[in-house]
Amino acid sequence: MTKPLVKINNLSKRFPKSNGFALNNINLEICTGAITGLVGPDGAGKSTLIRMIASLLLPTSGNVTVNEFDSAKEAHKIQSIISYMPQKFGLYEDLTVIENLNLYADLKNITGNEKESQFKRLLKFTDLERFTSRLAGDLSGGMKQKLGLACCLIKTPQLLLLDEPSVGVDPISRRELWTMVKELVNDEMGVIWGTAYLDEAEKCDDVLLLNEGNLLFQGKPDKLYERVKNRTFQIQNIEGSNRKVLTTALTNSKVIDGIIQGRSVRIVTREESVFPSTQEIDSGLDSRIVKVAPRFEDAFIDILGGGPGGISLLSEEMLNIPEYKEDIINVNCLTKAFGDFIAANNICFSVKQGEIFGLLGPNGAGKSTVFKMMCGLLKPTNGTADIAGYDLRTAPGEARSKLGYMAQKFSLYDNLNVQQNLNFFAGIYGLSGRKKHKKIEQMIKIFDLKQYLETSAGDLPLGFKQRLALSCAVMHNPPVLFLDEPTSGVDPITRREFWVHINGLVQKGVTVVITTHFMDEAEYCDRMGLIYQGNLIAIGSSDELKNSVRSEILPDPTLEDAFIELIKAENLQRQALK
Amino acid sequence: MFNRIITLIIKELLTVWRDKKSRMILIVPPILQLIVYSYAATLEIKNVSIGIINEDTGIISRHIEDRFYGSNTFSKIYQLQHKDAKNFIDTQKGLLIIHFAQDFSKKILNNEPGNIQVILDGRKSNSAQIVMGYVSEILNQYNLDYMNQNNLPKQQSSIIITRNWFNPNLEFKWFMVPALMATISLIMGMVITGLSIARERELGTFDQLLVSPIHPFEILIGKTLPGLIIGLAEATILFLIIIFILKIPFTGSIFLLYLSLCIFLLSVLGVGLFISSLAKTQQQAFLGAFIFMPPAILLSGFATPIENMPSWLQPITLIDPLRYFMFILRGLFLKDMPADIVMTNLLPLLTISIVTLTGSVLFFRRRLE
Repeated sequence: MTKPLVKINNLSKRFPKSNGFALNNINLEICTGAITGLVGPDGAGKSTLIRMIASLLLPTSGNVTVNEFDSAKEAHKIQSIISYMPQKFGLYEDLTVIENLNLYADLKNITGNEKESQFKRLLKFTDLERFTSRLAGDLSGGMKQKLGLACCLIKTPQLLLLDEPSVGVDPISRRELWTMVKELVNDEMGVIWGTAYLDEAEKCDDVLLLNEGNLLFQGKPDKLYERVKNRTFQIQNIEGSNRKVLTTALTNSKVIDGIIQGRSVRIVTREESVFPSTQEIDSGLDSRIVKVAPRFEDAFIDILGGGPGGISLLSEEMLNIPEYKEDIINVNCLTKAFGDFIAANNICFSVKQGEIFGLLGPNGAGKSTVFKMMCGLLKPTNGTADIAGYDLRTAPGEARSKLGYMAQKFSLYDNLNVQQNLNFFAGIYGLSGRKKHKKIEQMIKIFDLKQYLETSAGDLPLGFKQRLALSCAVMHNPPVLFLDEPTSGVDPITRREFWVHINGLVQKGVTVVITTHFMDEAEYCDRMGLIYQGNLIAIGSSDELKNSVRSEILPDPTLEDAFIELIKAENLQRQALK
Repeated sequence: MFNRIITLIIKELLTVWRDKKSRMILIVPPILQLIVYSYAATLEIKNVSIGIINEDTGIISRHIEDRFYGSNTFSKIYQLQHKDAKNFIDTQKGLLIIHFAQDFSKKILNNEPGNIQVILDGRKSNSAQIVMGYVSEILNQYNLDYMNQNNLPKQQSSIIITRNWFNPNLEFKWFMVPALMATISLIMGMVITGLSIARERELGTFDQLLVSPIHPFEILIGKTLPGLIIGLAEATILFLIIIFILKIPFTGSIFLLYLSLCIFLLSVLGVGLFISSLAKTQQQAFLGAFIFMPPAILLSGFATPIENMPSWLQPITLIDPLRYFMFILRGLFLKDMPADIVMTNLLPLLTISIVTLTGSVLFFRRRLE
């Protein structure tokens, strides 16, 4: 029998010195026997809610009870029946796996036979038996998370709180982690799984959808799909540019949202079964529109009132990039070794002008290393990388103005205001006087930054931070744009807005290189390289990669399926070589 | 290029100024340090407690005692018994004990030399020595007066009268405050540049700078000049406080002061940038700065004269930029140091700044690889 475990009534949380509510009037109930997905973009209030359930934060108003204990008055009792795994679990990197387990067992007062049997069970469960004497700091991202989970489970809790356990973990470990938690759930135990991956939410038994502190939806994922039933279609077999088709489709009044999926375009319509004709969206004679299953994200966008439209003011104002006949990016046998550790091993590929090329892989696989070597931020141990004919490490400074760069987490000067940031980036790219003034005005107009000119970049809402970062990166009309995990953790609307601009720029001839571990983002790429443990194990378009793993068991693989299969195959091959 | 450097400088000054925390760090601690240390960092001994064991019943020891009571060096004088003496010193109730033997007055009145025993606390050797000096001065003075009164033949034929040049009243503050100004300038210079590159690394903006057309050399200039501007402004504030609030005379040339200040700051900024380009985080940069600062201060002659250091250590002080600047500042404040002596000391300082700045350029470029 499942039973209600967590009850939340009219809960609000407001942090001192902040304008809005981190959580706004939340009411919900969480039961045992289910994985409850707490889904939402960064800054939605997921961590705040989890920490309030763990009674680490006090409510501004309303209340939280766990197993009838009030979080404000009986924090101690709550903490004795829950386990909380924060985003970065407190593993001691200088202790071995078993020493970490011992430490947490001692902290939870588990000793003797109970400890032994529990360790045995957990190590088997997490598949860490072989690594008990390895330092926690030397484990891979996925194994660290598993060890963290094991430490949380030393004393079986009634409620397990997991705050984004799968961020940055490779897809195989992600699935394993999921299966492990799935096995744990029983009538005596509830799990809350916080995540920014919307596809992960689809697998949860129950879903709480948070956005900007508001609870948008609570219930089974299926119920959410009802909203977008018969409204999701894929335009296949497109003739010509799929990006143009997307742009046209998004301007059509029947369509509220659309994204690129490899060569195809996926749309969500305003009404059931009313979709534009292939002529209307100009997708060619052979193209066809096929109904596809709805996804979690479709519903999310629908709740938020549809996507941002398809017109990029930025690309309208941008100059055409002169044609470049040869491959604009050439990466030749790049290798980087840090001591004994080979972070990137003999990586070769090239990118044509106007292409979006993705470097994909889990955290620590080496994609950032390759990326940094390409931008000239890191010296390769071996090999070269040419951008538009220049090796950026040795080329004169002016060659670097061919490059636009946007780093992960938007590296802006946090305590300078928007105007000052724009001035600064215009200045270092050599713009001055009237030209600079005009360009900045243009950026303010395109990205609608006027209302925030005096706001410090650090205090901007996430979406505007992204806009500012992009405007700083493209102000000097670079032919090549490097984006390092540009939209990880942002909400789907902001992500779409970003990609509208990128698509627009690509149509003007800009070449884009991005790194990502989001499969959704990878779908936007024309071609991508999968990097795993320092090696480029596959390269091709999303359709090519999917086709390469298509089989009877997997008739319609997703990109993530493709990656998992490719990584598995790579692992098998390596074992065979040993 | 000029334009880009200006952009960098404006950015740097703005980031410091717009951040409430760094604004506070730059303004409050230096002023507090200057004022507090100028009173606290003193080697003068005042308010000492001493003990007297007087087993003599005669008049002479009473007279001498009165002199001690009359002196304002000793805040408290305890009358002790013989048996209390050990405990008195052990528990650090007082620094020294003066012991008059039973026959002290008798001996003096018989025109024999009388002995006074002084017991000092050797654990505080420095203070004890200084206080002992005061004690002998009082005793000598009494001796002299006694001989005058009784028309005894004087043993001393000449009397020394001291005049202290440059610092007539031997005000310790006059000696200490210029040194403090030098030390605080060092600390601030290290903090400004030490943290700046590391902060940008943490923010991720550093990569952003490196992929832009800016030359690494320009980045360094863009880091050094704002440091220099802030350091000069900072030193000016300290200087004004020293002159108008602490009222310490400045006898030298303002031009030479600022010239030396610039060269000194450059050498410090070079060290700061060097540490900064090594460090990955602000924390590391801070630790690095704190490894550099204590030896730099100790070896500069801040509190202990370089001449007193062992001979093998003295050459090491030659690479300490603070040593030269401290010397120049003390000279400019107290004795209107002439330009040629300032220049002889600026030359090594200039060499140090060239070395540290080039070093940081080279290291900075190496780190990119």
